[in-house]
Amino acid sequence: MDVLMLSRLQFAAATFFHFLFVPLTLGLSLLTAIMETRYVTSGDEDYKRMAKFWGKLFLINFAVGVVTGITLEFQFGTNWSRYSQYVGDIFGSLLAVEATLAFFLESTFIAVWVFGWNKLSPKLHATTIWLVAIASNLSAYWILAANSFMQHPVGYVIRNGRAELDDFLAIVTQKWAILEFVHTLSGAYILAAFFVMGISAWHLLRGNEVDLFKKSFKLAAIWALIFSIFVAINGDLSGKEVAEKQPTKLAAMEGLWETTKAAPMYLLLWPDQKNARNSVEALPIPGALSFLAFGDFSAEVKGLKDFPVKDRPPVLPTYLGFRLMVGLGALFILVSIWAFLKRKDPQSSPKLLKLLPWLIPLPYLALEAGWLVAEVGRQPWIVWGMMRTADAASPVAVSQVATTLVAFILIYGLLGAAAFWLIFRNARKGPAPVKAN
Amino acid sequence: MLETIWFVLWGVLWAVYFMLDGFDLGLGALLPALGKSEQDKRVIYNAMGPFWDGNEVWLITAGGVTFAAFPGTYAVMFSSLYSALMLLLFALILRGVAFEFRGKVESPAWKSIWDACLWLGSFLPALLLGVAFANIFMGIPIDQKGVYQGTLFTLLNPYGLLGGILFVLLFMTHGSLWLAIKASGELEVRAQAMAKKIWPVLLVVAVVFLAATWFYTRLWANYLTYIWLWILPLLAVAGLLLSRVFMAQGAWWKAWGASSIMIVGCTLFGVAGLYPNLLPSSLNPAWSMTVTNSSSSPLTLKIMLGVALVMVPIVLAYQAWAYATFSHKITDQDLAYEEAY
Ligand code: HDD
Ligand code: HEM
Ligand code: HEM
Repeated sequence: MDVLMLSRLQFAAATFFHFLFVPLTLGLSLLTAIMETRYVTSGDEDYKRMAKFWGKLFLINFAVGVVTGITLEFQFGTNWSRYSQYVGDIFGSLLAVEATLAFFLESTFIAVWVFGWNKLSPKLHATTIWLVAIASNLSAYWILAANSFMQHPVGYVIRNGRAELDDFLAIVTQKWAILEFVHTLSGAYILAAFFVMGISAWHLLRGNEVDLFKKSFKLAAIWALIFSIFVAINGDLSGKEVAEKQPTKLAAMEGLWETTKAAPMYLLLWPDQKNARNSVEALPIPGALSFLAFGDFSAEVKGLKDFPVKDRPPVLPTYLGFRLMVGLGALFILVSIWAFLKRKDPQSSPKLLKLLPWLIPLPYLALEAGWLVAEVGRQPWIVWGMMRTADAASPVAVSQVATTLVAFILIYGLLGAAAFWLIFRNARKGPAPVKAN
Repeated sequence: MLETIWFVLWGVLWAVYFMLDGFDLGLGALLPALGKSEQDKRVIYNAMGPFWDGNEVWLITAGGVTFAAFPGTYAVMFSSLYSALMLLLFALILRGVAFEFRGKVESPAWKSIWDACLWLGSFLPALLLGVAFANIFMGIPIDQKGVYQGTLFTLLNPYGLLGGILFVLLFMTHGSLWLAIKASGELEVRAQAMAKKIWPVLLVVAVVFLAATWFYTRLWANYLTYIWLWILPLLAVAGLLLSRVFMAQGAWWKAWGASSIMIVGCTLFGVAGLYPNLLPSSLNPAWSMTVTNSSSSPLTLKIMLGVALVMVPIVLAYQAWAYATFSHKITDQDLAYEEAY
């Protein structure tokens, strides 16, 4: 394997791993903040114990999110130095702004929150978790704006042999960034909601801390319903944006080879990239693809054969990732409706309670699948239409990248196992008992 | 002009990072020496608990600012130092999770795993940062295209290693002074004694390092041209001497302040000597990465300057508040607190 391939594998491993922890941070920080606010406004001790219990799980997750983020920040320089040199004028500033605006806030106040239960007034204490939640969600905006620049570069000029900044506002307010932000956050909120529902269900089934977990369940069920509907709506908008700006990605998502008017969507399909066709193609829904891409059943959708072979992304992972995400999205809506209907008395449906803990991994899968679509579907470009991934890697030795790739896999493997085991253990243990004082 | 402002800010960010995370890294590296009992170790963890994460963001920002203001340098420096940087990152990962994971399971074996991670994750970064910066001061073998012509072992030359040892000692002094502030009883005494014990070694290494700098690097050239720059090495020396004076007086906060000045002075001494280089090439001075050939466009530098001028004071203000909130000595009550490490 060459440096390019190894670097791609390493970057993928590092980001996927980072993103196992990011979404729970984004969602659970907000849920914890809401719980603590309820405690402050109502004085109900249950909410305080809730904030502490969910906050503890949040913290374990947060720690891993933080340490894995740092490696990403530096990997652009270590592994993608030619990329960094070419677009650093724009891309670097977004990362630096993210750190000054968001990471400082988040990392400083999370510690104040942890250590400050007895030192700050309840109001001030609740404010600190809000700051953490807001900062986390804000940090996502900057990194996603950076990613959106790679998906759809705007606001730059090519000068001095590189991309230079021309219009900062255009970059941070472009439609792609907003859509990506909204979609990623909704996905993250779904994940947090299913996490809370799943753990609450497990405890409710066993009759532990019924009041506390019923309250948690109710809050999460409302979130799950709102965001699972929302994610589908804004996912559809993302799809239209992709159709307009990245036709090769859209074609790969749907395994479409020939440019077609009134393009159908095949429920069963298996792409065969080598021969530029699908080896399986069955159960068409007439016009559905045209409608999803352009809001018009008879619109023309470009097929991959319209593009040179060297401009086509890997079709199979893009296609499978998309199917998986959308399929899971549909499932989340159904389950959320069920949970929402039972939100006041979840114990009346043991079936639901038995099911929910098993669903916790699914939003993780959907989120990673979404990124697979966005990133693999963007290939062979590292910055769409501007720079190819093949031109982006650092001039380092194969042995260096091979060694660090193995180290990443080992260290992240152990770290991930320890983190999920700790979360699982603490989740089972339930909230700390009420102190008799 | 803009490039020069950013060069200064770049140096200041690294200096602040070393000053803040320096005490965490130094204290972590001393964990086996200072933490005799489980109680001691918990005091040490909690002495850093509320601060280490916020401190580490200065590293992220220093890296981010290198990327934003000097993308050319970011690309060449980080890919040249590939293996060293990766080691640093892995070590910091171990340190970061050690805080959060250690106290979550009541088992001595579990705890000693994370104690080892904290130690390694503190000692190694201190050493590597020193080695890296000494090599940057000296220049590394980068060719015309910015491609590194050495290996990890090229960095482990005598001057580089001396830089590593200097950083470890600086941070250890800084860390034991911090523990002297935060701990009480026997541990406090041990921390004070440790600071006093390391100090003479630090003095010797610092003198040797300054002398070696004359022979190995071109840093002094700027000092011969701009006399007023001497304030920086003088600051470092003053910090070094004052910290000992304050130790003798038992004024631990002041001693810690003096050692902060020493660290900032040392860093800025090197950085000011580098100017206008950010990364000198040891093969040919014309191939060095400089403030002019590696900087961002004026527009990016302007926007970033605006962000920095607004945000950095705000960050400093709330971090100072956080420090003030948790600056007291750690008590038994603190250790009994359910969220404590
Ligand atoms: C700010 C930029 C950015 C952001 C937010 C992400 N990525 Fe990315 N991704 C890149 C910037 C990037 C990159 C530097 O551009 C890579 C490296 C090689 C490439 O083509 O793009 C990349 C490649 C890349 C690949 C390999 C694709 C291939 O080479 O075939 C995968 C699987 C992912 N990413 C996954 C993710 C995940 C799971 C993310 C969620 C956090 C993510 N990316 C966020
Ligand atoms: C691939 C590009 C990415 C880079 C370079 C990156 C960088 C970082 C860094 C340096 C940190 C540590 C901050 C700290 O110490 O507080 C971090 C944490 C974090 N990142 Fe990323 N990140 C990337 C992708 C993403 C994406 C796509 C999102 C969100 C949608 C995201 C959201 C977060 C959040 C919420 C945290 C807080 C810690 C946690 O996750 O638990 N990151 N990231
Ligand atoms: C149900 C209908 C859904 C539709 C129509 C949809 C549509 C899309 C599209 C078109 C993209 C590609 C955007 C790009 O290339 O940048 C995308 C990406 C993504 N999706 Fe979905 N999605 C749906 C559900 C979900 C669900 C349920 C989740 C997670 C819980 C999710 C998480 C993501 C993520 C994380 C990305 C990558 C970030 C981005 O590019 O926005 N999606 N989605």
